[in-house]
Amino acid sequence: MPKVAYYPGCSGQGTSLEYERSTRAVCQAVGLELVDVPDWSCCGSSPAHMVNHVLSAALSARNLDLAHSLGMEVVATPCPSCLTNLRNAAVEMEDEGFRSKVNALLDRPYTGAVDPQSVLQVLVEQVGVDEVARRVTKPLTGLRVACYYGCIMNRPPERMRFDDHENPMAMDRLMEAIGLEVAPFPLKVECCGASFGVPRGDIVMRLSGKLLDAARGLGVDAMVTACPLCQMNLDLRQRQINAALHERFRIPVFYYTQLLGLALDVPRQELGLDRLCVDPRLALGKIKAPAPVQ
Amino acid sequence: MRIYDLATAEQDFIAEVAARSHQDVRTCYQCGNCTAGCPYTFVYDYSVSQIMRLIQLGQQETVLRSKSIWLCGSCQSCTTRCPNRIDVAKIMDVCRHMARERGYATEREVKLFADSFLRSVERHGRAFELGLMVDYVLHSGKVFTDLDLAPTALARRKLPFQPHPIVGRDQVERIFQRFRQGGAHA
Ligand code: SF4
Ligand code: SF4
Ligand code: SF4
Ligand code: SF4
Repeated sequence: MPKVAYYPGCSGQGTSLEYERSTRAVCQAVGLELVDVPDWSCCGSSPAHMVNHVLSAALSARNLDLAHSLGMEVVATPCPSCLTNLRNAAVEMEDEGFRSKVNALLDRPYTGAVDPQSVLQVLVEQVGVDEVARRVTKPLTGLRVACYYGCIMNRPPERMRFDDHENPMAMDRLMEAIGLEVAPFPLKVECCGASFGVPRGDIVMRLSGKLLDAARGLGVDAMVTACPLCQMNLDLRQRQINAALHERFRIPVFYYTQLLGLALDVPRQELGLDRLCVDPRLALGKIKAPAPVQ
Repeated sequence: MRIYDLATAEQDFIAEVAARSHQDVRTCYQCGNCTAGCPYTFVYDYSVSQIMRLIQLGQQETVLRSKSIWLCGSCQSCTTRCPNRIDVAKIMDVCRHMARERGYATEREVKLFADSFLRSVERHGRAFELGLMVDYVLHSGKVFTDLDLAPTALARRKLPFQPHPIVGRDQVERIFQRFRQGGAHA
């Protein structure tokens, strides 16, 4: 059974609790063991790298060190923003000069070589799309979705080394494996407006509005994301976007783990579908009951 | 078209950007690929390729007082698509660091929001979303524009009222303290 260290990230304790819980439930259902990084702290997220790269790497390195102390080679996180920070720290600390500056900020110097990956990558590479498909008990046929990856999960490609950086397919393939119809979404890696929602809401209105508009143009019933911030911009802020752009979007925005969880028939309360802001019931009602086995 | 007097080119600035980003800014030949893919140009005062050119011309004040460096979303499109493999997003980041160190904050709210976030991490070891919102409102003196979201967010229990304490809170606090004392550059 594959086993990795697990770094949940702060937003999983609050705004994206449903992503965090559905991720754990799905990994359990497909036999991927997640070992929590003990007493993890914030990776620093985008504010830290906006201030200083050594500070940002130190905040991440404390967590890499804790993962290393578990004896793990891979630390998986559901959040692309955490992934970027952890990966940047890991890669930049391959340089001795940079590493010593980072270590000068830490109580305990980081000596490991833990590789941060997304949970999505681990699911696709260590469990496999076929294995996920084999475990499906409730295929979600009848539902058409657009998969949105966000801007940083696969970019820059030399650093992220996973999937295609212009047209990533990992989520598309997983969603197809559970019976969904996946529309080819041209804005898969466009930015949603990042963390500007609070200080410059107009940016998120415009950029996330563009994503919703493109999804609507494809006639999808829902969007699927792998990022807590993308999800929040598209879902929680959808009403603000409608007001700002004089639009009437009503597109539910799922975490891919919520849909996987439905297809794998994990306990409903682990999926937190009631926490989505745009009501998903209309979309979910389109799922066709599987034909009775003869 | 604007004309820049090369006599005002600050060589130190060019060198500092290059050294801190580990990028050779001279190799930019202004193809415009970065700007073509940048989703934020609509709020920039100088497009990202213009920022690159201004750096080559040593126009320190124009660059460090620009809005663009604060509004870059670090989406990595420019870095991914530059034919000369310049890590453009990193250069934008480094300019933001340099602006901050000089006390500039052309997009004040953006800076204050990052400050509130980091204060929250320093205090709790993790980002505490509700607390950092309150901190941001207090420091920016801005009317909170997201109040309309509160009922939805609260009904869906999206904002816990308590931070999640961690044992190593002090270790995280010391990272910040040492950073402030040492002024680590990179
Ligand atoms: S990137 Fe976001 S979710 Fe990840 S640890 Fe940092 S704040 Fe928390
Ligand atoms: S698309 Fe937006 S939220 Fe998603 S990863 Fe990029 S910046 Fe972050
Ligand atoms: S893509 Fe690269 S070479 Fe082209 S303008 Fe931008 S930085 Fe310069
Ligand atoms: S990283 Fe910044 S400058 Fe580069 S394309 Fe994205 S927003 Fe524009």
